[in-house]
Amino acid sequence: MDLASTPRTEAFRCGVRRFLAEHLPPGWRGLGALSVAERARFTPRWRETLREHGYLGVAWPEEYGGAGLSTLEQSALQEEFVRAGVPLLPLPTDPFGFSLIGPTILRWGTEEQKRHFIPRILSGEHRWVQGYSEPDAGSDLFALRTSARLVDDAWVVNGQKVWQTAGDSANWIFVLARTEPSAARARGLSLLLVPIEQPGVEVRPIRTLTGEAEFCEVFFTDARTDAGHVVGARGDGAKVALTLLGYERGAASGALYAGYRVELERLIELIRSRGLDADAGVRRRLAWCWSKVEILRVLGLKTLASVQAGATPGPESSILKLYAAEYHARITELALDLLGSDAMVRSGDPGAAKIGVDPLGTPNSPSAWQHAFLTARAGTIYGGSSQIQRTTLGEQVLGLPREPRPEGGRT
Amino acid sequence: MRFGPNEEQAALRTAIREMLAEHANAARAAYSRPDSRLWERMTGELGLTAVGVPEEYGGTGANFTDVAFVQEELGRALAPVPFFSSVVLATRVLLESGDAGILLPDMVAGKVLATAALVEAAGDWTFAELSTTARPDGDRWILNGEKHFVTDGTTADVLLVLAHAPQGPTLFAVRVAARVAMDALDATRPLSTVILRGSYGDLVGPPGGALPVLDRALRAASIALACEQAGGAAACLDMAVAYAKTREQFGRPIGSFQAIKHLLADVLVDNESASAAALYAAWALDHAPGEAPALANLCQAFNSDAYVAAAKANIQVHGGIGFTWEHDAHLHLRRAISARALLGPPEAHRERIADRILSAPTGESR
Ligand SMILES: Cc1cc2nc3c(=O)[nH]c(=O)nc-3n(C[C@H](O)[C@H](O)[C@H](O)COP(=O)(O)OP(=O)(O)OC[C@H]3O[C@@H](n4cnc5c(N)ncnc54)[C@H](O)[C@@H]3O)c2cc1C
Repeated sequence: MDLASTPRTEAFRCGVRRFLAEHLPPGWRGLGALSVAERARFTPRWRETLREHGYLGVAWPEEYGGAGLSTLEQSALQEEFVRAGVPLLPLPTDPFGFSLIGPTILRWGTEEQKRHFIPRILSGEHRWVQGYSEPDAGSDLFALRTSARLVDDAWVVNGQKVWQTAGDSANWIFVLARTEPSAARARGLSLLLVPIEQPGVEVRPIRTLTGEAEFCEVFFTDARTDAGHVVGARGDGAKVALTLLGYERGAASGALYAGYRVELERLIELIRSRGLDADAGVRRRLAWCWSKVEILRVLGLKTLASVQAGATPGPESSILKLYAAEYHARITELALDLLGSDAMVRSGDPGAAKIGVDPLGTPNSPSAWQHAFLTARAGTIYGGSSQIQRTTLGEQVLGLPREPRPEGGRT
Repeated sequence: MRFGPNEEQAALRTAIREMLAEHANAARAAYSRPDSRLWERMTGELGLTAVGVPEEYGGTGANFTDVAFVQEELGRALAPVPFFSSVVLATRVLLESGDAGILLPDMVAGKVLATAALVEAAGDWTFAELSTTARPDGDRWILNGEKHFVTDGTTADVLLVLAHAPQGPTLFAVRVAARVAMDALDATRPLSTVILRGSYGDLVGPPGGALPVLDRALRAASIALACEQAGGAAACLDMAVAYAKTREQFGRPIGSFQAIKHLLADVLVDNESASAAALYAAWALDHAPGEAPALANLCQAFNSDAYVAAAKANIQVHGGIGFTWEHDAHLHLRRAISARALLGPPEAHRERIADRILSAPTGESR
């Protein structure tokens, strides 16, 4: 066991802290403390600051405008940003550009695609969303039916995608589509890059259970994109689309931990302010939450150590996903229990929360916790539901026999 | 960065595993005719009494992760050996007391087996009410009272006894006292009652200074026990997975049914958590001592529950055969439920965590 941080990582971390101290507005209390309007003003400016100082696309090679950081450095960077309550991926579409399609293009794309798309992700000119799920293809992703056929020098896309997070602010979508109708399920897919601003694409908002419109459905009617906008080989879409997910979970575990710490501190404040610190049941549930968060830190360290040793993250990354999603559902439920009858009534500053762990500065109000409780349901559904994660762990980590399913299922 | 054993630790682990395979029946034998050869071999051939002990006492060096990996391996096999009692519990008490020189070299040499006799009939690990007393008699002390749940108490040569002296709670080394074997639910970890009726004891550590010594020693013991629990839980999962792959019902291996698969996936997540938490805590004991007290409570609470859950799942997956005396599944359930009670219940550990969190200044609950 050797888990001590190296002087190099610590020096890097100090550099990040210095940058944050120099560039955050005076009196900064965290993104959660900003109103919706303040957020809208702050976010684009902050993104520019990050870009000027090389804090966007940090994992990418320098020749494509990245910073070439190691996994350890990325993890430290993410952690420091979460602690300071400030986003590293400011726009709602940035996670899809920087964590999904960017790395996918860098891994599988042609040189031309890299030179064209990567700088545009950095500049914010291209704002990406993920077009995988369909009404009849969710967990069973490879049952998808959206089709694309090559007509002259363009792909012509028809079909429907659904649940596109940040779809309302995007102008490009990466679409997993069926391009080889005669091939078996998973072998007939390709990953296409499709511009949204064209007559054949229609984006309609969908209201989530909180009442906000955070995701969309996207309709394709003879939508077109360049013949060259396919990532990886034709028919390799399934492989191209899914291989990079594990890497993201590896570097992100530090940030996940830091986020849960911030949330837990807010819960502790809530317990104190409601005078529940002597309640035996509350104390035990708090200790349980604290333990789960600290174990997450250790699991994250273990993942980092293995990534750093050169291991490719495999199906074990499902452990973190399942662990984190289930934990988050529990702590937000505890918060509502602590509110007692106030849990029934919306009151106080709701903050400007989104889906995911609320950032530093989020108000400690019933409304904000109710929002967190409701949105925590998403974690066990998206990105492979908890059931799908358990199947993955059972079959790919424990080696249990597969359940009967159609050829080429997602897991 | 490395999360896992180094080369020497891995080699020792393999050697332990191989030796345990040669004594494959040892855990079961503990229920009828215990096999004392195993511990003799572990002491003589593998040198387990020296593991984690500072070199000045003849040990391999003060590195608690050495202890952690050994303990995990012993837990996996339900090894019925006094490693925890002597090399962890008694050794840690001696090291923390500042009086290790009196006994530890003989323990490392395998000449003396020691254990600690701390709690009484109520099993109270806060030691709030001690009825065992000690009074001075020349340069020795005379002890009266009863100690319960003493692990390996019948076979130990020396008992480190906690008693109330005029100066307050104090530790003593006692060699002669009546011991009565308790009918332990988990026979792989024998328990005894120790009856002190004017028994002689020698002072260990400062008079009246036992509680801080025990606080530190039990921190290490909690972590070591958590490693053992993680090992036991891993063995349960291995057994269940192996069976689920081969046992067929409805024309399919039962492991292909989601009800079984998902149950075992949840055990996997908890086991990974348990093992990572305990190993990290063992590392922190030497390298991040400020974190160790909280981590000791954390992994004792978490791993206790994880092991019980894994042992129960293992029996469930085995169906009727898992309910038989002949199958080893119940040996783990007995160990798991007993280990959970050994150093105080998870609730008590969580209570100490809550205490620490809620008394810390805002924003510093770690
Ligand atoms: C907040 C949010 C954001 C999202 N963002 C995006 C996005 O940006 N882009 C995108 O493409 N998609 C997105 N999704 C879609 C998400 O990936 C899917 O919802 C998910 O894959 C589940 O698919 P489904 O909704 O069709 O549910 P279904 O697959 O129909 O599942 C319904 C239930 O059945 C269970 N189930 C299904 N199959 C099995 C099985 N084999 N064994 C056991 N149980 C099973 C599931 O666990 C679940 O409980 C988002 C979803 C949410 C909630």
